[in-house]
Amino acid sequence: MSTSNTTTQEYVHHVAHHFDSAEEEYRTSKFGLWVFLMTEILMFGGLFVGYIIFRGIYSEAFAEASKFLDWRLGAINTVVLIFSSLTMVLSIYYAQHNQKAKVLLNLYITFFCGVIFMCIKAYEYAHKIHEGLLPGHMFHYSEQVAAHAPLYFSFYFCMTGMHGIHVMVGMGFILWLIRRAHRGEFSSNYFTPLECVGLFWHLVDLIWIYLFPLLYLVG
Amino acid sequence: MSLKSEEHHIIPLKSFIGVFFALLFLTVLTVVAAQFNMGEWNTVVAMLIASIKAFFVLAYFMHLKVDDKVFLVCFLLAVFFLIVMYAFSVVDIYTRVGVSNIL
Repeated sequence: MSTSNTTTQEYVHHVAHHFDSAEEEYRTSKFGLWVFLMTEILMFGGLFVGYIIFRGIYSEAFAEASKFLDWRLGAINTVVLIFSSLTMVLSIYYAQHNQKAKVLLNLYITFFCGVIFMCIKAYEYAHKIHEGLLPGHMFHYSEQVAAHAPLYFSFYFCMTGMHGIHVMVGMGFILWLIRRAHRGEFSSNYFTPLECVGLFWHLVDLIWIYLFPLLYLVG
Repeated sequence: MSLKSEEHHIIPLKSFIGVFFALLFLTVLTVVAAQFNMGEWNTVVAMLIASIKAFFVLAYFMHLKVDDKVFLVCFLLAVFFLIVMYAFSVVDIYTRVGVSNIL
């Protein structure tokens, strides 16, 4: 590791005792996270399978119900998440090049994108709740709609709600990364937490990439 | 015993920027494609574009392109079981609905 700067105290990551090397620790952590991502894919997969089947059966009702969603807000959120994925990956890139300030800047932007995403989501939810566009028996829209429109909103709130929870969890982890990055813990020698939270964040982005056309653009 | 960056294949910065703009372009394409009424094909086209976007995210942002293949196997395994879940659910529901409209 580089020891050129002796005036500031440099963070040294100690490999956990049950690993032979830093490389082994990095690979094992990452493998563990991928196994977790497999369970995530299957959990969201169940929701997707249910949605696709019911959309096939009640395609007209789902197409009508999806008109209540503003695709422009969905599109803005897509762009926000894609941009946050870019800044997340850049924070890892700059950690690999030992540029602490840029790591922090990108982490802050990523977190801020999460805030924007959740604000837009909250605005959409408030609008739906106000109109009575709610799941199942809670549905009480003022005008006559297709009989199975409430089913669409059950899926809408389940899928975007589950996704939103993941965004908030991801934001929590990014705050944790920011705290550690301030301490100067990340460098080309050690960036495992950045990599793992990054993978999680990209999966959340990936799920939204499928949610956006399925929920907002059907019909 | 340190994590030397040379041991990891670092994807160059311009690839990330390129992928970002590709994803933006594909998002616009999804929205534009949805304006045309192609019947059942709308969903097929939307899923196709989403899958191209997913490829870019997985290959570059999630480093699957340059990483150890074990992570790719993890991902493909999850997708395989997702397809199994989907296939069995579809066969179940549609054979029952087709016979007695149970839903």
